[in-house]
Amino acid sequence: MSAQHPGMSRRDFMENLSTKLTLWLTLAATVDPMALLAEAQKDNDPTQHNYAMGVDIHKCIGCGRCAVACKEENHVPKEPMFFRTWIERYVVPIKGETHVESPNGGINGFNQVEDDKSILRTFFVPKLCNHCEQAPCVQVCPVGATFTTRDGVVLVDETYCVGCRYCIQACPYGARYLHPEEKVADKCTFCYHRITKGMLPACVEVCPTQARVFGELDKSSSPLLRFLRFNEVNVLKPWLNTKPKVFYAGADGEVI
Amino acid sequence: MMDLLATAGETLSGVTGYIYPNEYELHWSILIVVYPYLTGLVAGAFILASLERVFKVKALQPVYRLSLLGALAFLIVAPLPLLAHLGRPERALEMFLTPHTSSAMAMFGFVYAWYLMVVLLLEIWFDYRHDFVVWSNSSRGWRKIVYKILTLGATDISPKALAWDEKIGRVITIIGIPSAFLLHGYVGFIFGSVKANPWWSSVLMPIVFLFSAIVSGIAIILLLYLLMSLLRGRQIDMSCLNKLGEFLLYAMIVDFSLELLDFVHRLYESEESINILSQMISSRLFISLIVTQIIIGSAVPLVGLAVARFARMQDEMRRLLYFICAVLVQIGIFSTRWNVVIGGQLFSKSLRGLTIYKLELFGIEGLLVASTMLIMPFVILYVLSRVMPVWMGAKPRGV
Repeated sequence: MSAQHPGMSRRDFMENLSTKLTLWLTLAATVDPMALLAEAQKDNDPTQHNYAMGVDIHKCIGCGRCAVACKEENHVPKEPMFFRTWIERYVVPIKGETHVESPNGGINGFNQVEDDKSILRTFFVPKLCNHCEQAPCVQVCPVGATFTTRDGVVLVDETYCVGCRYCIQACPYGARYLHPEEKVADKCTFCYHRITKGMLPACVEVCPTQARVFGELDKSSSPLLRFLRFNEVNVLKPWLNTKPKVFYAGADGEVI
Repeated sequence: MMDLLATAGETLSGVTGYIYPNEYELHWSILIVVYPYLTGLVAGAFILASLERVFKVKALQPVYRLSLLGALAFLIVAPLPLLAHLGRPERALEMFLTPHTSSAMAMFGFVYAWYLMVVLLLEIWFDYRHDFVVWSNSSRGWRKIVYKILTLGATDISPKALAWDEKIGRVITIIGIPSAFLLHGYVGFIFGSVKANPWWSSVLMPIVFLFSAIVSGIAIILLLYLLMSLLRGRQIDMSCLNKLGEFLLYAMIVDFSLELLDFVHRLYESEESINILSQMISSRLFISLIVTQIIIGSAVPLVGLAVARFARMQDEMRRLLYFICAVLVQIGIFSTRWNVVIGGQLFSKSLRGLTIYKLELFGIEGLLVASTMLIMPFVILYVLSRVMPVWMGAKPRGV
């Protein structure tokens, strides 16, 4: 013992202990636990948050880790026609039509582009639910199973959805699918179960290049505001007036 | 995993260009084609009945009751394809219990209920009440009990009571006309208000739906009248048949003009979706749009009806021509519904690619179920007409 704690005698130990005990007791007497709880609740008060995401197209390398992480985290069916998030590759030739592809949502990466002399540029675009402020999916749901939370996230109540698929038709971004087993509409939740605990969405967490930035629109300390401040951003299909809350830096008119 | 990849490969095979990954599955199947087709028949048949009742087109009197009962038979089946299509049909009632008021689909439930309960059932009851009383007195056994129940205890058939029935029936029909317009216009609105889909999103959609409904409703009653008269070995009232053919022709001219207007408007505006929509029309929808909807289902019967109505020929020939035209019109209107519902899902909302619809034979969303739902109204109509004969008791109005 003494070898491990050469400077601490029994007296020192007792004094140390009594000091700490006094400190704890004082704290316990002066700090109201209810106030602490209220403080914690205030932090989770949904009206105090307005979640959104930024995507920096210049940074995305099309590795597909985000799509993999999303499927793992949210138990998204593995078949290549169900995605909460996916990556598109745009190949813009010097002459001719832009070629877009997303094989298996980009999960297995992309084939090497051949004949690169004829190519003007290529880039990757991660896609997901835009959590629109004026979401057409929310508008059309006949039972209100799709709704916007007070912290600005569009969710589906899977215990209430009737599976009519009107929301899937109404989504301009192809962000929704019918869950093959549950037979209800499903889509990205911004990993609501994580963000409400102060964590990042899985796709943001795993992105190796920080192409995805998650944050809050109304908080000046949020990394998202920094992203919005230093980038010129677009949203997808702005003419539909859905007011998306996924902002793209570096996306030109090709990306819809 | 290999199975999954094989399935995926098979699914992907029909795709050209780029579609969003979640779009490989078509979400609204043939059942959703059947649904607007049936509601169209309801609205059309009812509007035909109201021509006789409100607008006093006396020549149509022989088909008045047939139109009403036909409308009821189609209306009873109309929600079934919707119900069968739901992922969770056990939650269907939530649309009535906790409707989301901003949803066009939720509000349709109320339009449907209004139409069924307030308009159609009431009108039929008031029209048949006198007969129910007479039949409950003259028949025996279970029929007597059924008719007794159907009178709902209102057995007064004094001239005063009958005059009141007539008056109320007329009021209900007057309410019924805008209701029928609402019913099918609303179905058009369900599609026309989807701004995400350039093939659907059109202010003309409810109006085009409405007129195509009138076309299909008149044509189906014309067909039923011909066939039922043939089966019963009765003489066909040619003035009635001619009137049906005439109204069918007029309705088709309006319907065809509206669809043409929609088409020209889209082509002339040439919005960003025009390329992919043109590709779709010239490939995936060529048969169902150009061939069956426009040529076989519209142009040919338009000419045929004009000839049958106005050219000199024997009645036998005229009847045959009407029959062929009415069948072609049904094919055309079904194609119209197909082209709206399925066509609206064959192109990607990325506007970069086309997918295909593989119609399955078996399964809840297959051809067999859809065909059954198309046959069911005729079975229901047969049963209804056994209990409430559509020919017996027909009497001139106001007598």
